[in-house]
Amino acid sequence: MNKLEIDRLTKRYYVERDGRQVLALTDVSLSVADGEFMAIVGPSGCGKTTLLNIVAGLLPYELGTVSIDGRRVDGPGVDRAVVFQHSSLLPWRTVAGNVRYGMELQKRFDAATLRDRTDHFIRLVGLAGFERHYPSELSGGMQQRVNLARALAADPMALLMDEPFAALDAQTREHMQAELLKIWSEARKTVLFITHQINEAVYLADRVAVMSGRPGRVKGVFEVPFERPRSLSLKREARFLQVEDAIWRLVEDKGIAESTNVRIDEFEPQSKSVNS
Amino acid sequence: MMETDLLEPPRRTFYQKYEAQILGGVSVIVVLALWQWAWSVGRETPTSDDDIISPLFFTGPSQVVERFFAEWREGRLKSDMAYSGTNFVIGVGLAITSGVVTGVIIGWYRRLAMIFEPFLTALYSTPRVALIPLVLIWFGIGMWSKVFIVFINAFFPVLINTIGGVKAIDRDLLRAARAFCASDRQIFTTVVIPGAVPFILTGVRQAVSLGLIGVVVGEMFGGSEGIGFMVNYGGQTFQTDTVFLGVVIIASAGITLTWFAERLERHFSRWRPER
Repeated sequence: MNKLEIDRLTKRYYVERDGRQVLALTDVSLSVADGEFMAIVGPSGCGKTTLLNIVAGLLPYELGTVSIDGRRVDGPGVDRAVVFQHSSLLPWRTVAGNVRYGMELQKRFDAATLRDRTDHFIRLVGLAGFERHYPSELSGGMQQRVNLARALAADPMALLMDEPFAALDAQTREHMQAELLKIWSEARKTVLFITHQINEAVYLADRVAVMSGRPGRVKGVFEVPFERPRSLSLKREARFLQVEDAIWRLVEDKGIAESTNVRIDEFEPQSKSVNS
Repeated sequence: MMETDLLEPPRRTFYQKYEAQILGGVSVIVVLALWQWAWSVGRETPTSDDDIISPLFFTGPSQVVERFFAEWREGRLKSDMAYSGTNFVIGVGLAITSGVVTGVIIGWYRRLAMIFEPFLTALYSTPRVALIPLVLIWFGIGMWSKVFIVFINAFFPVLINTIGGVKAIDRDLLRAARAFCASDRQIFTTVVIPGAVPFILTGVRQAVSLGLIGVVVGEMFGGSEGIGFMVNYGGQTFQTDTVFLGVVIIASAGITLTWFAERLERHFSRWRPER
């Protein structure tokens, strides 16, 4: 069953300065199955963040449809939670206060549940003992853990992640990727993960959608054939590099990749389960 | 990746730890001592028929201290300080409350900002002293005209900084709150108001020092009470040590109040959006 369905979505912007119309997304169709980890890669400015903002309900759209569980997306909802590129934590709240924040706004849990969930997700992202710290006292990686815990604690059906590790140094990023997979294997949410790093996408996702820039289009969707759980050493294996290379070639528009390990799906919504 | 506190802080001697305080304190003491010395030597050298230094124009630290105790015993000083202090507290208090409230409203509603901007700019750029005659016409020379002068001095920095703080709302925080389905009211109370606090405190610090100016200036324009009056009256009657005493009291009040306001401002500075 498809959790998230994007059907022929087109998004136009008006540039205020000269009244020009810019086509940010054109005819984007994608579907993400329940519990699936879908990554979207593409060059910067290809509209992938616009796409995520539309799915999050933060941007209006006119042409095409976006639906979650069959319901049309029309603004933010409790069925989705976003992990932002900048951790966007409230500087006047502690770690615990920030993890609680999303749940507080949505008012779906009573006080006791709220407390339990706060503790649980702080522990899940490995921040036990840091409950009373303020964001300014945390490293970038730790801030992103809080960001992730805040989103998970709100108990969304779909988790939308907007280049969450882009601002981290290479080593922390690798570590966070592995950690994310571990957390995801426990929480099992449907994930839409935006990144410009192909190896990050391949390592994390069940499928990788490739977008082209200006206007944003989906060029193709790759199925990632690797079994889970995946360790970081997978990234150094030949078969991994092969997939990465195939996606690279599509991103650079050097034609369609051909590899025995890679299947290329066209734009049609697909329901084939990819979880082994 | 977790930070640990294995490193002990480097040991520092007492002097290294308090270098600024020690050097500052010593320099103050040296200057006071020189002043006292110059004054007593100048007074005790009978060159012509009079002293070199006339107490009409100059005074020494010991004289000011003596004056302080004399005035204190008399009771006049206490009531002057209470009068000025009350006017200051009421004026600055009103300025902070009304400045924050109107600032939040004007900052939050874009159209109100457009409507009020011309008046605010005009009033803000007018030196407040120019309004004092008008205040005297409206409020007379009693206590409330003093309070009002403190108020118009202290009001604008609070107002302008509060508007700025509300407008400087962090876009990322706003987006995050929206994504979690925050209502406008929730955004206002959880993002806008706390985000404006550091800016408001900058306004409060400025209000405190401008309010102090208001107290002194207001009392110089008539009336017969307060530290400002005491300085003014002392000057007109050539009681130089009274003038000095008044200045020292005002300066001490200024230093203390600014110190507290700065502490408060610094404490909340980490609430400012990063970048």
